[in-house]
Amino acid sequence: MTSHKQFILSLEGVSKSFDGFKAINDLNFYMDEGELRVIIGPNGAGKSTMLDIITGRTRPDKGKVEFGANTDLTELNEYEINRLGIGRKFQTPSVYIDHTVFENILLSLQGSRSVWSTIFSRVTASQRERIHEVLKTIGLTDRATWKAGALSHGQKQWLEIGMLLAQNPKLLLVDEPAAGMTDEETAKTGELLMSLAGKHSIIVIEHDMVFVRQIARTVSVLHQGSLLCEGTVDQVQSDERVIEVYLGRKKKAQ
Amino acid sequence: MTSFLPKREALLVVIAAFLGLVVLPCLNAYVPPDSAFHVSNFTLTLYGKYLCYSVLAIGVNLLWGYTGLLSLGQALFFSLGGYALGMYLMLMIGKLGQYKADIPDFMVFLEFPARFPATAGLPPHWIPFKSFWFAAAMVIIVPAVVAYIFGWLAFRSRIKGVYFSILSQALTYAATLMFFRNDFTFGGNNGLTDFKFILGHEVNSPVTKRWLYIASGVLLLSVYLGLRWLTSTKFGMIQRAIRDSENRVLFSGYATANFKLFVFVLSAIICGLGGALFVPQVGIINPSEMGPDKSLEAVVWCAVGGRGNLLGPILGAIGINSLKSYATHAFAEQWPYILGALFVFVTLFMPKGIIGLPEQFRELRKKLFGKPAAETGPVAQPVSPKIP
Repeated sequence: MTSHKQFILSLEGVSKSFDGFKAINDLNFYMDEGELRVIIGPNGAGKSTMLDIITGRTRPDKGKVEFGANTDLTELNEYEINRLGIGRKFQTPSVYIDHTVFENILLSLQGSRSVWSTIFSRVTASQRERIHEVLKTIGLTDRATWKAGALSHGQKQWLEIGMLLAQNPKLLLVDEPAAGMTDEETAKTGELLMSLAGKHSIIVIEHDMVFVRQIARTVSVLHQGSLLCEGTVDQVQSDERVIEVYLGRKKKAQ
Repeated sequence: MTSFLPKREALLVVIAAFLGLVVLPCLNAYVPPDSAFHVSNFTLTLYGKYLCYSVLAIGVNLLWGYTGLLSLGQALFFSLGGYALGMYLMLMIGKLGQYKADIPDFMVFLEFPARFPATAGLPPHWIPFKSFWFAAAMVIIVPAVVAYIFGWLAFRSRIKGVYFSILSQALTYAATLMFFRNDFTFGGNNGLTDFKFILGHEVNSPVTKRWLYIASGVLLLSVYLGLRWLTSTKFGMIQRAIRDSENRVLFSGYATANFKLFVFVLSAIICGLGGALFVPQVGIINPSEMGPDKSLEAVVWCAVGGRGNLLGPILGAIGINSLKSYATHAFAEQWPYILGALFVFVTLFMPKGIIGLPEQFRELRKKLFGKPAAETGPVAQPVSPKIP
């Protein structure tokens, strides 16, 4: 073992198959603290399954998934993993449509999650302050009293990112945040994510190469459930294997 | 203290409580029977029954409207509460039964003395039900425990949506079959009936009936206010969040199974309390009361009245049962078809039920007369009053 500085997340030899289909195949993945990492890969490369494994939605057949020093994630379930400080944004925006934007953030704030504590909890001044801080970050301050269901698609995506921020997570997993957004919204989302890097470690899964170019420092390419290559956008885009499985196909299509 | 009740609603509740709990019983007790304002004992008991059904409907709605769990088995908990108090009422008959025996008639008839010789025919688990307070405790404990076990298994296995509905229906159906059996010691298909006394008072006297009616009203009022408060807390918010996006709640660190279990048990207790007050008023509890069809009826009350708020189910329960009382006199054969058609109609055209009609009309008017909603805009979205 080389004594590298501590990874925030490491996957080693992880495999997962569904009915014989190897969604994840001997995947190795390491990530430093404070990093903003983009994962790309063709459909079915195992990107979402990878997030499912990290967040406890699926258990890997074999392999090690470690968070921080020595927390094994494979034995924990979704809410336990979340409480460790791993927040996940879903591909389709999932916010509480019947609650106001303010309440959406309130329910996501760090704090006790037990049934009893929620019955008797009151909103404190510091909580209110923190909520407004988050709303400011995601640019929804003037929408605080709106019902989340009345927001536009892009605003819902930002709200969900805000809900993750409210949990003050160490690691943010963001699945295709720019999907369905206008160019302007996409650019704004990119800025938001970049401003969060450093304070949080972030993994972004994305298809939109313009967006990837905007935000990415390191890109990991997934193909058939394993890591194909890793590097800067330029390195990755000039890698022949990548061109063949992913970008090449796209070029032909254009 | 009443911060969870908006003023207008508080006024409505006070008026309804005054009319229901003071005026109606007074009209029954103090207005002579030949007056046009007299409320007959029959009518009062009928309303008492509706109030109990309203409590059941609120229980269904707490699960369905607020948490997104469509349980088709809430009549089971209603009946369990009813049976628990029914057992006490059976033991209070004393020697006044047909067989003039120390034990309830059906036990004599089914030859329990031979089966339970050590206790002179009374099954051992019946003995503590001689105490009213024990029975009252069981009214709460039995539905709660059954709901806890079923809910724990279902929610831990993450059974959701229609699968949960089917399972809950299977549960209540299985319970019906069990209670139908004579050797299950709860009176078989005849159930428990012929009650005589409750707490030393004649169960069928107008005074007792009046107090039972008032007790039902007080129960409904307390359940209403209690849930009004609960649903306004952060817990209530999470409840509705689970309904709208359970994954988001789960991935936000909440053990959603625990929240659902809490609501399920609470709903079972509420239904059980309703059932316990129902039984002495109608004078009988039998297994057909816990059948899946009864649970479905309660679901229809909620759908028609309007789910996702607390007033809707009460409206639905009282409205449909009034209609039923009338219809089963006037055209008994067609009643199931009417009820079915009503359910289909409401589901298709009134998704928010009776309580949602004003809102629906407003939207319709907006659509028809196309008044540009510029000045209202999206900001007109109902804003939660409790948080700045």
